[in-house]
Amino acid sequence: MADEADKIKQPYRAPEQVRTEPPPPGYFEGESMTRRKVFAVASQALGGVAGLAIVLPAVGFAVAPIFHRGKERWEKIGPTSDFTEDTYRQVVFTETPGIGDAGKTLAYVRRSSKELGEEPNQFVAISNRCAHLGCPVRFVQAAGNFICPCHGGVYDFQGKRIGGPPVRPLDRFQVRVTKGQVEVGPRYSVTSQLEPVRARDPGEFTGGVWEYLYPPRPSTFPPP
Amino acid sequence: MPKPTDLFVPAPLRKTPKPGAAGVPKSPAPQDLKTSPPERPTDLGRTGEKALEAPVESLAWIDQRMAASGFLTGMLFRKVPKGTNWFYTLGSATLFAFIVQAVTGVFLAMFYTPSTTQAYASISHINNDVFLGQFVHGMHKWGASVMVILVFLHMGRTFFFGAYKYPRELNWVIGVVLLILTMTMAFTGYLLPFDQRSYWASIVGININGTGPIVGPYLSDFLRAGPELGATTLSRFYAIHMLLVPGAIIALIGAHLYLVVKLGTTAPPWTKTGKPRIAEPSSNLDAGAPGNGYHPNGAGSTIAGVQIDGHGGGGAPA
Repeated sequence: MADEADKIKQPYRAPEQVRTEPPPPGYFEGESMTRRKVFAVASQALGGVAGLAIVLPAVGFAVAPIFHRGKERWEKIGPTSDFTEDTYRQVVFTETPGIGDAGKTLAYVRRSSKELGEEPNQFVAISNRCAHLGCPVRFVQAAGNFICPCHGGVYDFQGKRIGGPPVRPLDRFQVRVTKGQVEVGPRYSVTSQLEPVRARDPGEFTGGVWEYLYPPRPSTFPPP
Repeated sequence: MPKPTDLFVPAPLRKTPKPGAAGVPKSPAPQDLKTSPPERPTDLGRTGEKALEAPVESLAWIDQRMAASGFLTGMLFRKVPKGTNWFYTLGSATLFAFIVQAVTGVFLAMFYTPSTTQAYASISHINNDVFLGQFVHGMHKWGASVMVILVFLHMGRTFFFGAYKYPRELNWVIGVVLLILTMTMAFTGYLLPFDQRSYWASIVGININGTGPIVGPYLSDFLRAGPELGATTLSRFYAIHMLLVPGAIIALIGAHLYLVVKLGTTAPPWTKTGKPRIAEPSSNLDAGAPGNGYHPNGAGSTIAGVQIDGHGGGGAPA
């Protein structure tokens, strides 16, 4: 083990023998940084720039999908005569193309009902994606309700929540009629009063202050 | 009887008489002349001896350049507190579970296809056609649950034994990050078989992420790589599962183990401690003072209470 004395790096010198070192090359009176310091800072800054040049594109590549909105898709689901006011008809259509069955989704479609105070001669397409955590709900004819198998969410005929953990009514799809054919388009969400808002993921509240706590995402389409 | 030459040759230059000659006593013969000479080793014997020493020699060759033996002996023969028991093996068990996951995962990746249309078929192929495929897949699948359980047991041991306290708080924090990464592995791995269960479980999991206020919706979009679960989601999960998170886990396990060796383990809370049984924590910290490299002196003497000097001192400026 080294003794304490061994750790002293400078040998002892009498005060009269101590000389001040000559200034480094390039020294001038009043300089604020030595040349060595300038090069150290400059090389570190250069290294930082090189690091950012690698990291920023990679991060941008990974987060870009957040800001990307896909092409608007409309899927034909059958002639207008297929749909009635008093009950739903199940239609399966492709929501995400290119991934086979996994990209398909199911909608419950009917004509708008005057008794429920809806605008006449419209079509209502309700998504079967539960507003709690995204499980598939089923319309139970006998009860006239949508029921979710996962955690017991219950929605009424219009898709409004009447029981269980869901935080808002069921999502809907935009509907239009082209040459007698009903077409479904982009998904949108609704508030508890069935006012359309941009599509939210399941589990996210809509309406009022919730519009700020769960902000609309750039990847979704504007509501009708 | 004096010789005639003695008359004119001075005494210092005279020739000494032979032993046994007139008047001079005979000394005993040297010992080695009485016995047969020692057997010389044959070439074969010498080669054999060299061969026996070859492993040691090559290790010495490596150690002369790496200077790792001081650290390794300090680590492997460090002293542990009295009362150390089977609960202290939970961390090693977790490490072993991770190694099982890493090894089986590498071999599963040789057969797996991260494509929405082929993922399920490739898993079926692994389970039904590949030799021992179902076994290796099963090790990976059940090993994942084992690892999560062991992580929590290890965490519980650390908590209830008070092993998270000074000076080991940083190791607790690293452990929590490792816990989160382990959960990330479990979450991203669940989607990969791409059957009904993994599909819906991932939908639910991503939507739970989305319920976080303000950042939640964007986090969901990030995980799915879009507004709906699609083809990119699977490859994204696959990349996170087999490249991003394992690398981070390996790096953090290294830091975790380094701190375990550096700081030592704690005695169980029921052990009565009159005096500290290992070096004081404060002296540990002093060992890191500038000018005194941790390796090997600091590492050896203060962590483990084992004094290791000199050899391997490449890292220790004297």
